[in-house]
Amino acid sequence: MNKIREVVVVSGKGGTGKTSVVGALVSLLTNRVAADCDVDAANLHMILNPVILEEKEFIGGKKAIIDPLKCTGCGTCREVCRFGAISEEYAVNHRSCEGCGACYVLCPAGAVDFPSSLAGSCYICRDKDGGPFVYAELLPGEENSGKLVAMVRNEARVLAEQNSIPLIVIDGPPGIGCPVISSMTGTHVAVVVTEPTISGLHDLERIIDLARFFECKTGVIVNKSDVNPEYCKRIEDYCLTKGSTFLGAIPYEPKITEAQIQATTILDSAPDSEASEVIRMIHKKLVEIVEEL
Amino acid sequence: MNIAIASGKGGTGKTTVAVNLAYFLATSGQSVQYLDCDVEEPNGHLFLKPRIESQISATVMVPKIIEEKCTFCGECSAKCQYNALVSLPKISPLVFPGLCHGCGLCIHVCPEDAIAEDKREIGRIEEGRGVQNIAFVHGILNVGEAMAVPLIRQVRARGGDAWVHIIDAPPGTACPLVASIGDVDIVVMVTEPTPFGLHDLSIAVAVAEKLDIPLGLVINRERNGFLPLENYIREHRLEVLARIPEDRRIAERYSEGEIIVEALPEYKALFQDLARAIGEAFGKAVIGGIA
Repeated sequence: MNKIREVVVVSGKGGTGKTSVVGALVSLLTNRVAADCDVDAANLHMILNPVILEEKEFIGGKKAIIDPLKCTGCGTCREVCRFGAISEEYAVNHRSCEGCGACYVLCPAGAVDFPSSLAGSCYICRDKDGGPFVYAELLPGEENSGKLVAMVRNEARVLAEQNSIPLIVIDGPPGIGCPVISSMTGTHVAVVVTEPTISGLHDLERIIDLARFFECKTGVIVNKSDVNPEYCKRIEDYCLTKGSTFLGAIPYEPKITEAQIQATTILDSAPDSEASEVIRMIHKKLVEIVEEL
Repeated sequence: MNIAIASGKGGTGKTTVAVNLAYFLATSGQSVQYLDCDVEEPNGHLFLKPRIESQISATVMVPKIIEEKCTFCGECSAKCQYNALVSLPKISPLVFPGLCHGCGLCIHVCPEDAIAEDKREIGRIEEGRGVQNIAFVHGILNVGEAMAVPLIRQVRARGGDAWVHIIDAPPGTACPLVASIGDVDIVVMVTEPTPFGLHDLSIAVAVAEKLDIPLGLVINRERNGFLPLENYIREHRLEVLARIPEDRRIAERYSEGEIIVEALPEYKALFQDLARAIGEAFGKAVIGGIA
């Protein structure tokens, strides 16, 4: 079978409308797997209304626990911990513990336990259109979001292979750090949803640089484009200089929020709106880009 | 006093609240320091327009194998929790700096004393003074770098002697949020009245509760009221510190990098009330205190 293509949708800046756009694009794309890799603030399931077929546990990193009955108070752990995670009373502060295991390995009294624990869940689903969908939820404040992203992507690839589906669409997290890198590495196309603001452009530049680092093809969508048409134009010009495809400008549409409240996409709640029109055009352009790969 | 501005969901108006609160407090004669902990995509400088006076490289430690001493025993890679070292049969281990957390365990466990350390740059920290003489610090993570948390911790460590520190936290609910809001006096969660906003708010609130940090809410872009959010607030007995109405003029001014309380002075009272409400929630005046 043909190689599976992966398209990741990111934004740099948060709250640009990434998930609403992904929800709409996923409903237009036939024969795709959808994956929500924004694992610490997952939202795509709220518009794809999935049926969960299987839940898998995500075991995160380890954390040290000191047994006060075995501890001799020698101070070795406090000396070797570089994260200041052990108090004068030899209790581990789990906020600061990086799970490196230095205290566990080096404690002469064997007083440190180093268990791993449940850090989240990964859900294998079928969405409301019957399409395969994977998402995950990291427990609040947990670490290793990058590893959970990798788990979601692996499950999505398994579904694609099993069902001979050629395309995976990934809803990525905001930012450019660990979970974004994990979402983007090895993908073929990165679509950036941005907004026509000074912050949107600033953050776009950093995420485009990241995508170039991973040698992804890039496309840019400006959401709420009419809030500042001049910045929208600047973003379009910026795309030209960076070799990114400008995929389209979606005007501000209050019905997008209403669609969210009704747990549906703008294509269903306001099919004749200009926003829906632009999204259908973006879908066509995106399909062309994927087919050219 | 450390006030963190956080949200869970991105784009709810965290930076807008943070810069306007800082600006309002500074114009009220308060000494204010702004610490931008959204190191992946820092935006505070676009509004506070600081003149940068110092720039330092932010680094983490990474192992450096002393090849002459290494006996390929494999102890370092066996103990590393992050797969940052990979042992090979007849050559010294490979180091993957991007995976290393700089814990130094490999140095301790190497029986041959064959591991030294190098510094690796993950980003930079800039400091200066912005509009209204606001002390300004931000961290800028290098593009391609995964490790945001050590940089966030280094930004937090630059907290100076201003009476109020405003900490702009990154979106999300994982370790970067914990690193940003850990040990603050109060966290202000900025949310929007939408299903996504509420869903992510509830996770961020769980983080703050787990860390035992007092919190209050700011509801941004309020339109007709969103019943599930109001129910959530009531059930969890959360305090709403301010409600910012949906106003296209705010979005337009924001898009140009303007400060709302300056561009639209009618919002000054809202931020004054927010400052007072934060002070009441914390039990200590935000305005009028002296460092």
